[in-house]
Amino acid sequence: MCQHGPGAQASGFFIGGESLIGRDGLRVRFDKLGIVIALLAAYGALWSSFATLKPNRIVQGKAGSMLDSLPAWAGWALIGVLVVAIAAALFRASPWIKLIAAVAALAALTLSIGYAATFLTPAGNTYARVSPASGFWILLFAFALLAADAITRLDPPPGMRVLFLLLAAVAIGALLMSGSWNGLSIMKEYSGRADVFWVEAGKHVELALGSLFAAVLVGLPLGILCHRVAPLRDGVLNTLNLVQTIPSIALFGVLIAPLGWIATNVPGAAAIGIRGIGVAPAFVALFLYSLLPVVANTVVGLAGVPRAANDAARGIGMTGRQRLFKIEFPLALPVILTAIRIVLVQNIGMATIAALIGGGGFGVFVFQGIGQTAMDLVLLGAVPTVVLAFASAVVLDALIEMNSLVPNGARSA
Amino acid sequence: MRAWAPTILRGLLLVVLIAFLLSPGSFEPLLKPLVQQNAPAIYNQGSLLSLALLHLRTVFIATLAATIIAVLLAILVTRPFGTEFLALSRSLVNIGQTFPPVAVLALAVPAVGFGEKPTLIALFLYGLLPIFENTLTALTNLPRSVIEAARGAGMTNFQRLMQIELPLSLPVIVAGIRLSVVISLATATIGSTVAAKTLGEVIIAGLQSNNLAFVLQGGLIVGALAVLIYDGLSAIEGMLARRTGSA
Repeated sequence: MCQHGPGAQASGFFIGGESLIGRDGLRVRFDKLGIVIALLAAYGALWSSFATLKPNRIVQGKAGSMLDSLPAWAGWALIGVLVVAIAAALFRASPWIKLIAAVAALAALTLSIGYAATFLTPAGNTYARVSPASGFWILLFAFALLAADAITRLDPPPGMRVLFLLLAAVAIGALLMSGSWNGLSIMKEYSGRADVFWVEAGKHVELALGSLFAAVLVGLPLGILCHRVAPLRDGVLNTLNLVQTIPSIALFGVLIAPLGWIATNVPGAAAIGIRGIGVAPAFVALFLYSLLPVVANTVVGLAGVPRAANDAARGIGMTGRQRLFKIEFPLALPVILTAIRIVLVQNIGMATIAALIGGGGFGVFVFQGIGQTAMDLVLLGAVPTVVLAFASAVVLDALIEMNSLVPNGARSA
Repeated sequence: MRAWAPTILRGLLLVVLIAFLLSPGSFEPLLKPLVQQNAPAIYNQGSLLSLALLHLRTVFIATLAATIIAVLLAILVTRPFGTEFLALSRSLVNIGQTFPPVAVLALAVPAVGFGEKPTLIALFLYGLLPIFENTLTALTNLPRSVIEAARGAGMTNFQRLMQIELPLSLPVIVAGIRLSVVISLATATIGSTVAAKTLGEVIIAGLQSNNLAFVLQGGLIVGALAVLIYDGLSAIEGMLARRTGSA
């Protein structure tokens, strides 16, 4: 999403091309990635099924191709859009054209799958479920790849990347609000649990952000301390490293006992929500996992502050505190922000596991779905998690880039 | 004393781990205080040793496959033929890492069913990223002078890759494998939620029957395995780095 590739020219007509196009040359030049995308899309469209109709939410269904799943006009319209988009992918063209083609194909796909659901569901049948089949996912992946490639080549500034993200969010929001997906199985799973969904979403975000916040609050001073007091460094970092090796479900489980003990024996602890099972152990576990990246990157960031900058600050008579806040901290900020990105994305993912110990979050739907072999319920939990993690990664990557003093390339991964 | 203390600690850890796996019963008094009166303190629904071996096997197969594919892909995108894919592959690695392992695991179930397969797929996909990233970093940051010298000595592209680039990149590639293995060891436990036979089974059984001893032994075995394998691979990495002269 944020790396600068060799083919990042602004005009973008001759990206990495080794064959030359003469002034009168009629030689058609293919884009290598376009060939991969075209093959993927052809496989998805021709040899895999588009939508599955199931008599109810658990049993195996019958999968059908695009033309089986849509009325003739819509089926052919979708195929038309896809063919044009594949052509745009296949030939060397400006990344903008490719991006527009990819977005058009993605929009056509998402609209058609909703339409297929309404079309396939027999009238009045409330048990039948329609889900996207493998072909839909392959096509979605192929055109998402095209969009990702176009954006990589455009190499947009951080602000524009956030704008793209916002536009995508608005489009998805509009799609959901319009009700055109309401026939899809995942939305039926949602409509049965709309209240619970938002409660769990709130818990998920609370867990992921809350533990991140706590980790920054503790990790930053600890990192600064480790930077200043060298003997502490190895001990603290090694201990935090050990924590990372304990699998998350085990750490969640192990914390149940001590927190349960605290809840019953420390007055007031139960009142502020500390309990053996539920959110508390998940919160503490996520906090412990988050500490290592925050502390380690603070140490690395502070160590990377050029000696000269520090000496100059000392030379103009800055106190230790002033140097910390005005020189060292701003210079270390990109590295610290990188830690925050790692932690946030990791926490959003790991918070799903909290459901196993009653901590709530999107994991509730994932594990319920696994338990009932209702895959659309799994999707209801997994898709928002992925979207949330992806969106935070984009936003934080943009923030990191805005804060890094070297404008190009020199960002740490 | 400082130099050999960690080695002795690790040796001890290994001995305790093996003893625990071979004869878990003899550790029962240690774990007994953690459970209620009549509850078992040692996992009794299967052999811990065989679960540990299955756990390691799953991680090994997934990591091996991930290593082969990731290194091949990284080689491909750093050749002149594949440079067009370089920027995109970097973006994909970045995006891929935002997929939580549980989501990958759960989404693999509809495609391949319950059991070991979805776990293998999730571990494979998740393991790809660190190895690919490290291999890519290593291959793109080789000293120019060395490559030029190899070219000057008349080596073909293939010879250069096999005799210069890959050997020089090996320590960094091993570091990627190490990261990947540690993540996979922990992630494999989640595989038990989709009925894979791993040590996660012990932890989940403990969570379900409110048996802290189960949770603890499952978690500690995985943790100990991770620490030992991490150290082992670090040692190999150090050896390789010394051999290539970059340390």
